Amino acid sequence: MDNLNVFSADIRKHTLRALLAFGGGHVGGCMSMTEVLAVLYGEVMKIDPTNPSWEDRDMLVVSKGHCGPAVYATLALKGYFPVETLDTLNKEGTILPSHCDKNLTPGIDMTTGSLGQGISCAVGLALGLSIKNKDNYVYCILGDGECDEGQVWEAALFASTKKLSNLIVFVDWNKKQLDGFTSDICDLGDVEKKFEDFGFFAQTVDGHNVTEIISAIDKAKNTTDKPSLIVLDTVKGKDCTFANIPQNHLIRFGTAEYDDAIAFLDDKISKLESEL
Amino acid sequence: MFKLVKKILPEPFEAKTAFSKTMDEMASADENVIYLDCDLMASIDMTEFAKKFPTRAINCGIQEANMIGVACGASLIGLKPFTHTFGPFATRRVIDQIYISGAYGKTNIKMIGSDAGVTAMYNGGTHMPVEDMGLLRTIPDVTLLEPTDSVMMCDLLRQIKDLDGVYYMRVTRKVTDQIFEEGSTFEIGKALTLKEGSDITIITSGCCTSDVLHAHEELATQGINAEVINIFTWKPIDAEAIINSAKKTNAVLIVENHNIINGLGSAVCEILSENIPVISKRLGVPDRFGEVGSMEYLKETFGMSIADIVTAAKELINKK
Ligand SMILES: Cc1ncc(C[n+]2csc(CCOP(=O)(O)OP(=O)(O)O)c2C)c(N)n1
Ligand SMILES: [Mg+2]
Repeated sequence: MDNLNVFSADIRKHTLRALLAFGGGHVGGCMSMTEVLAVLYGEVMKIDPTNPSWEDRDMLVVSKGHCGPAVYATLALKGYFPVETLDTLNKEGTILPSHCDKNLTPGIDMTTGSLGQGISCAVGLALGLSIKNKDNYVYCILGDGECDEGQVWEAALFASTKKLSNLIVFVDWNKKQLDGFTSDICDLGDVEKKFEDFGFFAQTVDGHNVTEIISAIDKAKNTTDKPSLIVLDTVKGKDCTFANIPQNHLIRFGTAEYDDAIAFLDDKISKLESEL
Repeated sequence: MFKLVKKILPEPFEAKTAFSKTMDEMASADENVIYLDCDLMASIDMTEFAKKFPTRAINCGIQEANMIGVACGASLIGLKPFTHTFGPFATRRVIDQIYISGAYGKTNIKMIGSDAGVTAMYNGGTHMPVEDMGLLRTIPDVTLLEPTDSVMMCDLLRQIKDLDGVYYMRVTRKVTDQIFEEGSTFEIGKALTLKEGSDITIITSGCCTSDVLHAHEELATQGINAEVINIFTWKPIDAEAIINSAKKTNAVLIVENHNIINGLGSAVCEILSENIPVISKRLGVPDRFGEVGSMEYLKETFGMSIADIVTAAKELINKK
């Protein structure tokens, strides 16, 4: 599992590299979801980076589309495109726009950015696969603030009614949205319980613990009559030295902050590697 | 009454600062003013406002459709709700709520959609509304406003506060060019003739106004005398002003920060073709999606830069 931790730290580094090239961005939400990305792309998902549109691949819909840069970093490290491309984030004519765009970026399975819509598309992918009797999985990552949208709950009711057990949805429960704490702005209460009531097999894990994430996915795959929901208990801005501030949704930063963050992550990586 | 600035310069503050200041003034003076937002208060400088008016600043969370319904309901209790989110979510995402709970139900809501067209810049295609006005234009009884600068935006905000009905105002949050002197006032529904001329009419709105005024200067150096009309009320539109100017110039160019389909250009051409079918051309976003980039890049990509305006004006005059 340590190599997945290294991968996750590397995703953080490369996300920051992409964001630095633009002078900042959605640091908080990118940093909170790198472990699940490492698990999905490093271990769980059936993919072929040399053939991003391979018909038999598993698919991921990043419903919290503003965190595109973390996904781009993951895809670059997996070889979907050169890591240098990360430096073109948001540049004119880029293939890496601020929000996920399936028509621009190899490896992005669905266009997102308008919160609440991605999960419905993931449900549609899962429905389509089940109609076609295919055994691939569809993964989806929601933000916790995103769960304010009614559409999320429409999709949830639909997915459970249709018994889409090939759908595994994550909620990046970092407890914050743009303006502040989710509990102050629009209280989600017990997210796991809510999805359970909506007919999901629901679990909560430490979202920064790759072993826990993997075993939750295993359990989800062993559930045959229900879609699954995994609440990732995370920290917004995790492991990013300059993101430990109250307003860390959108952060502008420069080389000084970047160097500091990279030094911390490099240190973390060398410690992990010495344990390998 | 308005007065043009002598020299066009960027305003010394971001538009969002002017917005929050005016909202504060209005809420201080009128206890019926409430403000609803969908997790974008910080983005439009309303965090302090929310602290100062904790019961009247309502952060709904990310649930635009619900926000519009709640605002419509609250207006029935005599409150004056202003709502805000980014333009695409303020319109596309909630079109049926605006239609039924708002316009058809005859409730009173003042909707602010931020980051009009190219001013969304690096937020890219998902966040760049070039169709917002067009969508709402087909709903009866919705008044559509696009302020030209912050002086106008603040004046219009103060006016719509006390007006009944459904209003949508598309704004920018960024620094914008100042066009009008402080203290100018504007009449909703009335077009503004910014420059008188006889060779061609150029009708424009929002952030394109500054570009058109620059193009006007450039054309003047080439001996072309353009009339510049600023239409900030897209609906109800000032047909009389359009017809009178077209009578004089016989050619009308429309420049807008919006899809040319069902935008200001479409509205103007409807008036022209039914009343005085002179030659016309629409410059704006040529029926394509937004993308990431600077404002200059986007205007060039869409063919609505100052140079494009000058070229189009000359071509149109040659076709007269
Ligand atoms: C429909 C919609 N409304 C508003 C926004 C603007 N927006 C982008 S990110 C964000 C906050 C998201 O919070 P959350 O889902 O918790 O994401 P995370 O904390 O993981 O970044 C908002 C309001 C949007 N992208 N889509
Ligand atoms: Mg969150």
